[in-house]
Amino acid sequence: MSGTTNGNATYTADEMMSIAASRELRGGVVCFVGIGLPSEAANLARATHAPECSLIYESGTIGAKPEVLPLSIGDGELAENADSVVSVPEIFNYWLQAGRVDVGFLGAAQIDKFGNINTTVIGGDYDEPKVRLPGAGGAPEIAASAKEVIVMLRQSPRAFVEKLAFITSVGYATGGNSREKLGYPGAGPSVVITDFGILRPDPETKELTLVGLHPGATVEAAKEATGWKLKIADDLETTYEPEEKELQVLRDLKERTEAARKAG
Amino acid sequence: MELGEAVESLVSDGDSVAFEGFTHLIPFAAAHEVIRQGRRDLTLIRMTPDLVYDQMIGAGCASKLIFSWGGNPGVGSLHRFRDAVEKGWPESIEIEEHSHAGMANRYVAGASNLPFAVLRGYVGTDLPKVTSTIAPITCPFTGEELMAVPALTPDVAVIHAQQADRNGNVAMWGITGIQKEAVFSARRSIVTVEEIVDEFEPMPFQTVLPSIALDAVSVVPSGAYPSYAHDFYARDNAFYEAWDPIGRDRGKFEAWMARHVFGVEDFAEHLRSIEAEGMVKE
Repeated sequence: MSGTTNGNATYTADEMMSIAASRELRGGVVCFVGIGLPSEAANLARATHAPECSLIYESGTIGAKPEVLPLSIGDGELAENADSVVSVPEIFNYWLQAGRVDVGFLGAAQIDKFGNINTTVIGGDYDEPKVRLPGAGGAPEIAASAKEVIVMLRQSPRAFVEKLAFITSVGYATGGNSREKLGYPGAGPSVVITDFGILRPDPETKELTLVGLHPGATVEAAKEATGWKLKIADDLETTYEPEEKELQVLRDLKERTEAARKAG
Repeated sequence: MELGEAVESLVSDGDSVAFEGFTHLIPFAAAHEVIRQGRRDLTLIRMTPDLVYDQMIGAGCASKLIFSWGGNPGVGSLHRFRDAVEKGWPESIEIEEHSHAGMANRYVAGASNLPFAVLRGYVGTDLPKVTSTIAPITCPFTGEELMAVPALTPDVAVIHAQQADRNGNVAMWGITGIQKEAVFSARRSIVTVEEIVDEFEPMPFQTVLPSIALDAVSVVPSGAYPSYAHDFYARDNAFYEAWDPIGRDRGKFEAWMARHVFGVEDFAEHLRSIEAEGMVKE
């Protein structure tokens, strides 16, 4: 659904996804941000309802306040106005592993019904994969140690799969209380935001359940975009449409980013 | 020391070499020198292999890669890396794959002369199934189950920094990633710098590596390009985007390397040669 307009409204499904994801970030939290879509949503939150949140990037920047969106996780923009810049071991050991991160904000190539994530290989086997993806990066430990995790990715049958080719980062493992048995300090993914809607884990089984639909999206389309039999909440909500300010700030941010990239 | 001489005397075929830099201060000039000198059978180590390892792998320098995230950040795949892993071109490459936290702790263990590091991670993922250098360990004091990863002890660490002083001490600032740990974990080290100064000015988040911890320091202005050097030049994001179609195609890649890496004397000439083709922004 990326790049299409949603019904008669004047925003795209991708814009709705970023805005819905930004709303999940509460003010004042310490958020460990993945590059790409999570970074866009986190900075939108910082520029709208959550100016007090501290954004941490794995390159070592704490309290990053980028004016434009970084292309890479270690752009100079992130260090420029940061509260502190520390080494990579310090970020992972003193901040993430020590429990100082409230929210981990991740993207993914593939996700399964228990919120486990694959960013390693697709197709074939590990030694001779059809597609070699970048790999783990910071995600396994973010998924392990952040107090909660927000995942953001576009929904399609290739991305939302019954069985992952590779488990790079653990969500709720095999469901139920199986994550607790692994001994991870963090609670796991609290929400998955897509271009169709919002999924949350069932409190008991931990299976991701569609609890909200974005305006213009349908249950049928969301089911078709999911590689497993998607559960739908009884009290399915509709995401409220982007506010004028949210759209304005998001578009300004992307425009500034584009202009900065062209200017080199 | 001239960079060519440093590489000649400190990097040998079959060595394990860590060219570190987390988006910032990536030692492109030194890597090009290694490629030009035709080093083979290297074990390349790096948390975030990007274009420079794409170039080294495509040029056939590497037989093994130890890493935690291999991509062209914000752009897409490393096509030469993928071609080597998926199709064995120009030769197949062994991979040893970790997470960032695992790699960071492996460097810390190496820098501390300890055999391994412990962390909370990897449990429940498929990484321990495919990577033999991840193993469970029980804390002797609390009984907690943790994961152990062996120390990284590269033969050579190669980094780029902003400045050196006349005594060979090196200063870097901005995002300094894992470079300090990489240098201390390695048996030998090569540093390229933007410039030599009489005296360092205090800079925010500055790290100074004393000359006694380093083996060679070479001045190579713009030696991190197309990566960046904080307060010297910005990352050329357009170059990273322009690399995608070059890296995607074996023929284009070989032609590009022949013109801009093998066919030049040094990094200054490399920069002039890509500028002539409009690949440098400034």
